[in-house]
Amino acid sequence: MLNFYGVEIASRLLLGTAQYPSPAILADAARASGTEILTVSLRRESGRLREGQDFWGLIADLGVRVLPNTAGCHSVKEAVTTAQMAREVFGTSWIKLEVIGEADTLQPDVFGLVEAARILTSEGFEVFPYTTEDLVVAERLLDAGCKLLMPWGAPIGTGMGLNNVYGLRSLRAHFPDVPLVIDAGIGRPSHAAAAMELGYDAVLLNTAVAKAGDPVAMAGAFARAIEAGRAGFLADPIEPRDMAAPSTPVFGRASLA
Amino acid sequence: MKLTVNGDEHDLAAADLAEALRLLELDSAVVATALNGAFVPAASRAATALEDGDRIEIVSPRQGG
Repeated sequence: MLNFYGVEIASRLLLGTAQYPSPAILADAARASGTEILTVSLRRESGRLREGQDFWGLIADLGVRVLPNTAGCHSVKEAVTTAQMAREVFGTSWIKLEVIGEADTLQPDVFGLVEAARILTSEGFEVFPYTTEDLVVAERLLDAGCKLLMPWGAPIGTGMGLNNVYGLRSLRAHFPDVPLVIDAGIGRPSHAAAAMELGYDAVLLNTAVAKAGDPVAMAGAFARAIEAGRAGFLADPIEPRDMAAPSTPVFGRASLA
Repeated sequence: MKLTVNGDEHDLAAADLAEALRLLELDSAVVATALNGAFVPAASRAATALEDGDRIEIVSPRQGG
């Protein structure tokens, strides 16, 4: 079974909670996905609106684990402080660590990411780093204390799928025993299935479900695609080849020419 | 005392961070706090004195990806 920092997880789909048409649809989509981990964030609270209190009630009712993020942080200091606040509010040492380096692509600042991961690990956090597929950065993150890696499939919210299949395959081959989660860029269930067929352990997505025409149906579709992709990986797929090879036996064919 | 709370100017007669949360009616809410960019745990709010010009951030759970 999938294991994140000593916690066994049955569902290989991690789901984001943002951008749904309504709180009710978010709740239904979460249930339809079968997810055991929802990602959440921290934002400014106002005494009048108390938005956070209502949202937290909704999430608590779903009875799943939460993975707080440091979304929007562009510096190590911001990310570390946000993680510290998240640990207190959400009561978990898990943190999806994002240190954003570039606004157009929301590409991780991998230098800041490694530094923040080191600081947070030393403070007892269990870091889920949102990173690129770069092997050297991956090594540095593991050296910094991360026990799993979350490389992007494509930039957040683009829905492009797996932009660098070679890089992702290399990462999988290089770290056969490290839990690897594709985080971001997934658009369709087939992208998620492809990630699982590469041997990735799980997929984290948000926009592809939340912005679908029917988020609840899409959540279910992703759940099945991820299960199918995982089962396909475990069943040891054939390698592609250039030339055709008849699947029906040639021997015994009637002579009808 | 002039304080900046979540980016807005406030005039609050609060000697410490816990008192500021009470005056803002957020003392019973699920929130985390930072003072001038540094995290202040809930248990330390009452012992965290405020000064004119301090920047307070008060955050709560929200949707995220």
